[in-house]
Amino acid sequence: MQKGGLRYLRTLSWWDLLAILLILAIVIVFGSTAHQMTAPFAISEQPRISLSPWALPAYTLRTTIRMLIGLAASLLFTLIYATLAAKNRRAELLLLPILDVLQSVPVLGYLSFTTILFISLFPYTWLGPELAAIFAIFTAQAWNMTFSFYQALKTIPDDLDEASRCFRLTAWQRFWRLEVPFALPGLVWNMMMSMAGGWFFVVAAEAITVGRLRIILPGVGSYLAQAIATRDIPAVGWSILAMAMAIILCDQLLFRPLVAWADNFRFEQAPVGATPKSWVIDLFRKARFIHLTVKPVRQGLQWIIRSRFSLSSARNQTAVTGALKRRVTGFAWVMLLISALLYTGWKFFVFSQPELTLSDLGIVLENGGITLLRVIVLISLATLVWVPVGIIVGLRPRLSQQIQPVAQFLAAFPANLFFPIAVFFIVRFHLTPSIWLSPLMILGTQWYILFNVIAGASAFPGDLREAGAMLRVRGWNWWRKIMIPAVLPYYITGAITASGGAWNASIVSEIVNWGPTTLNGSGLGAYIAQMTIAGDYPRIALGIAVMSSFVITMNHLFWRPLYAFAARRTRLG
Amino acid sequence: MPNNKIFPVLEMKNICKGFAKPSGEALPVLSDISLTLQKGEILGLLGRSGSGKSTFLRITAGLISASSGEVRYCGKLLNGPEEGISVVFQTFALFPWLTVYENVQLGLDSLHLGTSEVHERVMSAIDLIGLDGFQSAYPRELSGGMRQRVGLARALVIHPTLLLMDEPFSALDVLTAEILRSDLMDLWTGHQLPPMSVLLVTHNIEEAVLMCDRIIILSSNPGRITAEIPVRLPHPRSRMDTRFQDVVDEIYSILTSRTTELIHAQIQTHGERVEPLPGVSTNLIEGFVETLANSPYNGKAELSELANELTLEIDDLFPIAETLYILKFADLREGEIKLTENGLLFAKGGTEERKKLFKYHLLEYLPLASHIKHVLDEREDHRAPRIRFQSELEDYMTQGRAERTLNAVIAWARYAELFSYDDNSRTFSIIPVSAHKA
Repeated sequence: MQKGGLRYLRTLSWWDLLAILLILAIVIVFGSTAHQMTAPFAISEQPRISLSPWALPAYTLRTTIRMLIGLAASLLFTLIYATLAAKNRRAELLLLPILDVLQSVPVLGYLSFTTILFISLFPYTWLGPELAAIFAIFTAQAWNMTFSFYQALKTIPDDLDEASRCFRLTAWQRFWRLEVPFALPGLVWNMMMSMAGGWFFVVAAEAITVGRLRIILPGVGSYLAQAIATRDIPAVGWSILAMAMAIILCDQLLFRPLVAWADNFRFEQAPVGATPKSWVIDLFRKARFIHLTVKPVRQGLQWIIRSRFSLSSARNQTAVTGALKRRVTGFAWVMLLISALLYTGWKFFVFSQPELTLSDLGIVLENGGITLLRVIVLISLATLVWVPVGIIVGLRPRLSQQIQPVAQFLAAFPANLFFPIAVFFIVRFHLTPSIWLSPLMILGTQWYILFNVIAGASAFPGDLREAGAMLRVRGWNWWRKIMIPAVLPYYITGAITASGGAWNASIVSEIVNWGPTTLNGSGLGAYIAQMTIAGDYPRIALGIAVMSSFVITMNHLFWRPLYAFAARRTRLG
Repeated sequence: MPNNKIFPVLEMKNICKGFAKPSGEALPVLSDISLTLQKGEILGLLGRSGSGKSTFLRITAGLISASSGEVRYCGKLLNGPEEGISVVFQTFALFPWLTVYENVQLGLDSLHLGTSEVHERVMSAIDLIGLDGFQSAYPRELSGGMRQRVGLARALVIHPTLLLMDEPFSALDVLTAEILRSDLMDLWTGHQLPPMSVLLVTHNIEEAVLMCDRIIILSSNPGRITAEIPVRLPHPRSRMDTRFQDVVDEIYSILTSRTTELIHAQIQTHGERVEPLPGVSTNLIEGFVETLANSPYNGKAELSELANELTLEIDDLFPIAETLYILKFADLREGEIKLTENGLLFAKGGTEERKKLFKYHLLEYLPLASHIKHVLDEREDHRAPRIRFQSELEDYMTQGRAERTLNAVIAWARYAELFSYDDNSRTFSIIPVSAHKA
């Protein structure tokens, strides 16, 4: 067995296959039971959504609250799941591949199952649909945060680890004084990314139809759905405005202060040029009254963090277990996992047997091929446009300081708010949906490519740039030999996010409505969306499974090797 | 500790430590080390990198366990970090998100003390070590020297019985290290520190002689005690003192004789082509040989003198000397290095002659190099994957050491134009002579 990350990469594909079966089986079994349970139940009174702009602030607030609850849940999940995976080698063997699969399942794919599940868990109250929407947000936010925290736990510097053991900190003290602070900057950054992704899905999750079940939760998403149903263009405009305000406020009031605060936890000890600033934090620092009121709270937290909270007199002993014993129990654990997976796999097969035929698989694969083609073409187009732009912007510090926040804002903006406008034009000018709907997939996620490339280009060392200028490297050579290799790792990071986002977005962008008109661009996303509306669970599951497999395959066979290659080539020494 | 009057602070008996090789077999890092540390003593543990001295310190701290043997701390068997033992780390190991005050306070978190006592002890440790006024600073605002002062204060705040220092000054520049060292020794000799014993791990010979009451010298691969030297000079000690220089010279001569013995022993026990090689760049080799060939040395020098002149630590100096010795460009004896005839030729030659000479010596005296060349010659396409040689080496050494050894050979072979290596495909290849000359 190899060390940490490497071993994980190598054994992943095999575990993925098993884990995907496990998850889908569980989801389907739960979902179908729930489906039966809901039969006599119907939500008869749906709230009426007002299209007045004055109703929007309240709707936006409700949407934002859902977002924040989802974020809090993701944070809790992250702290527990990642800690388990990082601390226990056996748990790691199971939890990591599962996380990888969970990440590749399209967010809206979860929704069709979980909506019914939550409604059946909390019948006759709005809690059910609310929780379903929040869960959708959670699934859009949690995975990358968990990966980031796990990575941090795995890369805790040796000397700090040893120091905390020397001072005999308990697991509790160690968690709050070493592990969480070390992971914090990365975690906050990923929370920001998560929030950006979350807006897209919260909008999509507020107005959904699964089979006979139609749910409308008051919020920006349902306002938009209502606007689409009544073909109200000004209302679409109002919802875009409201969302923009919400995003800006969240950024200023929540994330700027968080980023500025998290900067204290940077591990690099050398001082760096610009430290992130936030007027909110400055305000609170100056406000003496608030200081005084907050002080006891702070002291209380400090006390909790510093208390030992160890149940047993558990001392972190240097454990000595026999190699043989370890191997035997390790083998037993793996066997147990495999048999559990085989069992659930068999369950899945039995469940889907009577309904699905081989021709269904053929149809799904064909649709998957169409969507794959779209993703490839769109990512290539976005690359051709945004890589040169990103490089040019990134090499000009003043310009990139202005453009970077805009790019991040655009990435956070839920692109589905713009769909009605695009659709309006497609209908108006009688354009071919299967071609002209495609760009919608990448409308929101292309910005990840742009701002990652900007970040890469602005981190490009000045001396290398000057060396290039002195050697008079110009034109195509300048791009090919200097800039493109330099930003490649950054570009790949952005492109992975962009392509993952495009797959996710396909479910809402390959098939769209404008009033009574429905445009169908066909593809796997359209397939899943149609099956969801029809409430055809086995086919939804099949669609999701195939989409996940496409995403996982693309990540493992294309993006990760490419990233490893780029990272190795740009490293010196 | 009620027993610390009767028992020595630290008692190590037959400590062995091995790390598992890929095959599952254990590879020894420390072999049969026994020592005793008395109350109030500063014991130095001197060795080159690879002597396992840091591993040894971590065993003493209870951070890792020994494969066999026993560690007693104040008479009690040690298993896991124990109250009263603290460590000063080479890299300081400060928590960047905690202030100086909080970093020092961290040492007391595991003790059950009242708030006011914690504050008092933190402040007095900060005072003692000269950090007054820096309480609210973050580590990143401090210079290296100040950071290590925080490391010291954090170790002293718990009033340790045993202070373990892992190359505490080696990450600092020479001047700062000197000041910190003498400040610490002033506190020690002025009895301003809480009563304790110190174990200092270092690769700096002068540092060991300046600070320690007793020095234990470890040999490398695996670490073993080769010699024990008491230092009976009064504090403060001066480098100018001839008695001081005598001790330093004695240590150099022990180290050189151990180095040559070891090389021979390895060749004898394993047969050929298996000695781990130090990764010394050919630039360093050229520079070193030139310096040695020119006046005032004229081909012969005391290692201690060279170390001073070139400001080389033993971890830099010995690998070069060892390389020259393995390649038979120089002879090592009793702390003295002397160029061989070919060594002198190498110094005088131009680039082409040097490369030719180097190539000849590689093939003649470095079995691993001639082995690789041989394999490449045998093969039809004159190519061989790296993994082939890597796994051969791993039968005899750890993965990391095998990798470094192979990298060293690659660098030397590239210089000598003996064979080439492509890191992307990780393959060795040899270019036919005709194509190469063209």
